[in-house]
Amino acid sequence: MVPDAEFTSYYGRPIIKSPTWKVPDVPLYLYLGGAAGTSASLAALADLTGRPALRIVGRYTALGGALVSVGALVHDLGRPTRFLNMLRVIKPTSPLSVGSWILSPFGTLAGIAAASELTGLLPGIGRLAGVGAGLVGPAMTTYTAVLLANTAVPAWHEGYQELPFLFAGSAMAAGGGFGLLATGDVTPARRVAVAGAALELTATAVLERRIGFARKAYTTGRPGMLLKVARAATVAGAAAAVAGGVLGGRRGRLAGIAAGVLLNAGSAATRFGVFDAGMVSAKDPAYTVVPQRERMAAREAAAEREV
Amino acid sequence: MSNSLYGPLADPSADAGYPDGHPPRVGFFTDTSVCIGCKACEVACKEWNALPADGAHHDQPDLLDLTGMSYDNTGALGASTYRHVAFIEQTVPRRESPTVDLGMPAPPEGRGDPTEVRWLMSSDVCKHCTHAACLDVCPTGALIRTEHGTVLVQDDICNGCGYCIPACPYGVIDQRKGPKELGGGGAFKCTMCQDRLGAGLQPACATACPTESIQFGPLDELRERADARLATLHEHGVPEARLYGHDPDDGVGGDGAFFLLLDEPEVYGLPPDPVVTTRDLPSMWRHAAVAALTVAATVAASFVGGRR
Ligand code: SF4
Ligand code: SF4
Repeated sequence: MVPDAEFTSYYGRPIIKSPTWKVPDVPLYLYLGGAAGTSASLAALADLTGRPALRIVGRYTALGGALVSVGALVHDLGRPTRFLNMLRVIKPTSPLSVGSWILSPFGTLAGIAAASELTGLLPGIGRLAGVGAGLVGPAMTTYTAVLLANTAVPAWHEGYQELPFLFAGSAMAAGGGFGLLATGDVTPARRVAVAGAALELTATAVLERRIGFARKAYTTGRPGMLLKVARAATVAGAAAAVAGGVLGGRRGRLAGIAAGVLLNAGSAATRFGVFDAGMVSAKDPAYTVVPQRERMAAREAAAEREV
Repeated sequence: MSNSLYGPLADPSADAGYPDGHPPRVGFFTDTSVCIGCKACEVACKEWNALPADGAHHDQPDLLDLTGMSYDNTGALGASTYRHVAFIEQTVPRRESPTVDLGMPAPPEGRGDPTEVRWLMSSDVCKHCTHAACLDVCPTGALIRTEHGTVLVQDDICNGCGYCIPACPYGVIDQRKGPKELGGGGAFKCTMCQDRLGAGLQPACATACPTESIQFGPLDELRERADARLATLHEHGVPEARLYGHDPDDGVGGDGAFFLLLDEPEVYGLPPDPVVTTRDLPSMWRHAAVAALTVAATVAASFVGGRR
């Protein structure tokens, strides 16, 4: 669908190439990577403050998320057997290079922590690895935003200031949501989940207000619907999380589980929606031409004012 | 390293670490005003680079694919199409050329069709940007700056992650579909015939072009030639002629392959004001760092206070 705006194109063909990244590989990687990052941080502090149930859920989520993330990333490669070439260089100008150097140590540390949890062996090393993963965790939640934003895809690039916060919020909602599935004291997970939901909703609202022409990609069509579903699930999940805290006891735990499921559904839908919005904006030349024309017109107007 | 991400950069090869004495930066000046749409460049490129067939929609090797876009059944640049000749048919007000008086009765004035069809043809190619987003974002180091100042994919390194593809502001580089033996899975684009440059030859397309629409040479020289050509065209009553991608102050620091066009860039499928995405990368990293610290602080704060 072409947004109603005056613009010319070459037979309606796209100007930029759409990402060859596949669904569900990449949106899943965005979602689970974020959930894993938050979970590792939660697990580390749960460990240090003596909350074993939260630690266990956190460590397993961190490893599971990291494993599926790596799997999705490798599966998405055009030449999967060369995945180790990702670690051939370190390039700050390539968010995928930086991301690989975040994901690999994170996955390794999360793996050691989870293995120690599972076997009960080397608890000291498990704790050390868990704390390490917990320190890397926050980076896991936001580098993927730069990964998307550092492209010519209008809906992603134009949102580069908000996407890191949107992804951070979404990751906290998901990771906190997983923590709510634990038994025992889940208060920290609840707080993280609710704060994450609030940050995700705020960042999305700011993005849609500020992004200009690409707003349409986020608010209409399939991405618009996905993001609406995401918003509803996130709001309901946050409400359930709060209710769980107020109720306490068995009913509180049930509310917490419902919150965990809803928040994760919301977080996943957000990533699929953001991914989809980018694809829509890549396929339609209007998203490339109209803002660039506006930019040129503004520049010319400014130059004229100076004369 | 100043201006490494954005802005004018006199010598990208030196910036990439080549020592003094490396060859001069070379490029293409594609003067579309003399293009006759013969597609010799497309054919020469396919042949020299042994590129596999691809259909007009590039995902199926269907030779009979017709686009319905004038004489263009190539469609776009792609992983197996490094030169693409665009065809645009425009209805414009008829231009009267001065007639020779043969003493015959003149045709009545103001009759007939006041319009005529104008053809625009342009051979598109990778721009070999001064600030190449594809190169910046490549995580494996497969994409490199060559000693000639061009941008090259090393096929034996590329793992097909696909990052370069949406990074290119011109939609040039793409992932090749098809079997592994033919490069399937990897990213491909114009090499400026790296294998010919080393032997002192011109790229295949420039060699084949019968009208010198595609001119190859040291970039400084091409820029001078383009300015002169533009002045000539303006003198000769072609005010719509304009250069595209020649300006080192533009959003990509100037293109190694630039054009003389006869209409707005988007008419040819080119972005009117491309900007290399990595211009904003430092700010992106700052935002991501603040967001990550927000996560760390939130998680830490959520453990504050007693337990129930
Ligand atoms: S035009 Fe695209 S593919 Fe070519 S050098 Fe520039 S960014 Fe890379
Ligand atoms: S650029 Fe030259 S060879 Fe290519 S189509 Fe035009 S005239 Fe023919």
